[in-house]
Amino acid sequence: MSPKRTPLTGIHEGLGARIIEFAGFHMPVSYTSILEEHQAVRERIGLFDVSHMGEFFITGPNAGRFVDELVTNDCRKLAPGGVLYTVMCRDDGTVVDDLLVYLIGGGRNPEYMLVVNAANIEKDFSHISAHVSGGVSLENMSDAIALIAVQGPASLELLGRCPFFAPAMDGVSSLEYYHFMRFEREGETITVSRTGYTGERGFELFIPPRFAAGLWSELMQSGAPLGIKPVGLAARDTLRFEASFCLYGHELDDRTTPLEAGLSWVVKLDKESFIGKRALAEEKKKRPKRKLAGFELEGRNIARQGFRVFCGGRHAGAVTSGTYSPTLKKSLCMALVENDPSSPAGAYEIEIRNAMMPAQAVALPFYKSRAKG
Amino acid sequence: MKPEDMRFTKEHEWVAVNDDASEAAVGITDYAAGELGDIVYIELPKEGAHVRCMQPMGTIEAVKTVADLYSPLSGVVSAVNKNLENSPEIVNKSPFGDGWFVRIRIADAGELDRLMNYTAYRAMIGKE
Repeated sequence: MSPKRTPLTGIHEGLGARIIEFAGFHMPVSYTSILEEHQAVRERIGLFDVSHMGEFFITGPNAGRFVDELVTNDCRKLAPGGVLYTVMCRDDGTVVDDLLVYLIGGGRNPEYMLVVNAANIEKDFSHISAHVSGGVSLENMSDAIALIAVQGPASLELLGRCPFFAPAMDGVSSLEYYHFMRFEREGETITVSRTGYTGERGFELFIPPRFAAGLWSELMQSGAPLGIKPVGLAARDTLRFEASFCLYGHELDDRTTPLEAGLSWVVKLDKESFIGKRALAEEKKKRPKRKLAGFELEGRNIARQGFRVFCGGRHAGAVTSGTYSPTLKKSLCMALVENDPSSPAGAYEIEIRNAMMPAQAVALPFYKSRAKG
Repeated sequence: MKPEDMRFTKEHEWVAVNDDASEAAVGITDYAAGELGDIVYIELPKEGAHVRCMQPMGTIEAVKTVADLYSPLSGVVSAVNKNLENSPEIVNKSPFGDGWFVRIRIADAGELDRLMNYTAYRAMIGKE
């Protein structure tokens, strides 16, 4: 099957972006320089096409209970307009995917939007479908929604400069972190969500595909005086890495549990029931076998995914993501390592092309923005 | 030296040979630097190290990938570009100039005949 194009692929090609196939889509990996794009988001503003992400809608009188059973975090805390980061697991506690849950409307006929990883759209849909019961309907709207992310300290200022958002700016400017609002344009729904995957203040804009090219151009034009740059997947990865957000396929996969991956904060074992609860409760009691840890390397070699981690000379795990941090100017990595409290601190080494490189365990996240979300 | 006067390997290194073919400067091409993207660390051989034709002599770490650096010639490393230690991005900015990697004292000038000229290199990367 040939890769899909997003409504913006033509624009990326016109900008001279390097295009790769990612999760079945033609996606821009970088436009000019990964480091410049990264810095634009940390210091000013960056624009991302993330239309490859999947969106599922779950509705019906039993939708609330269904979604709460599906995911590990507590959806009962959500009010309409709220967003929740969570994972969904199998019965054995391994992670199917990490996702965002949007509560669009509550009441007797609630409506939820689930935003899932592009690479997992089919897997997630069949996992969710297998659990659907009466009073719940599930719809995959991924091809009918384009997603543009605006990230960086100047992101709110940018939306304020765009005529596109003029009718909604009162609501947009008062949005809190992990909240969203919707407005109508030409009879279609626009969703503005104060979320992101960069560790910087920003918004994600869910729009019908026919608006995508026009909105992209408007954002680029209005953002020019603010120093906006289009940002590809490569810098999206280094940005999320610095903020130490998990990336499915790296920190999370079909064999990892959320407790291992440092996501116990989204696993609410006090909930009456959810898929995987028994296994995760058991795992927590016994102590997870592995833990996600951050490391700083002494040199500037990069510890990449799959490189082996040693503790006191013993093989203790593997790197999940690693790069040279453009903001912190250090070689950093995250790794899943044995969760052994008796491991001596500071005794870690990472094997890089047959050489053992000393690595210091450091706290996650590596980077925290002064202005949250 | 202009790229037109350099010689090239299929591993995208350039070689700038001095007049009496006793020494050569070595770097990577603009095409290679562009393909690697932002370079963040370069591991080079030390001065005085013996290097062998088409054997790895170092590594180039870019944000997204890592590449081996091959020696285009056999000989002894006579100089190393120390500026790359703290500013590897020079290679992205000036691959044919300030971004040179090492100079090699040539042991076997016959190896030069195996290198491509600029036209052949451009043809190889599909830019003729």
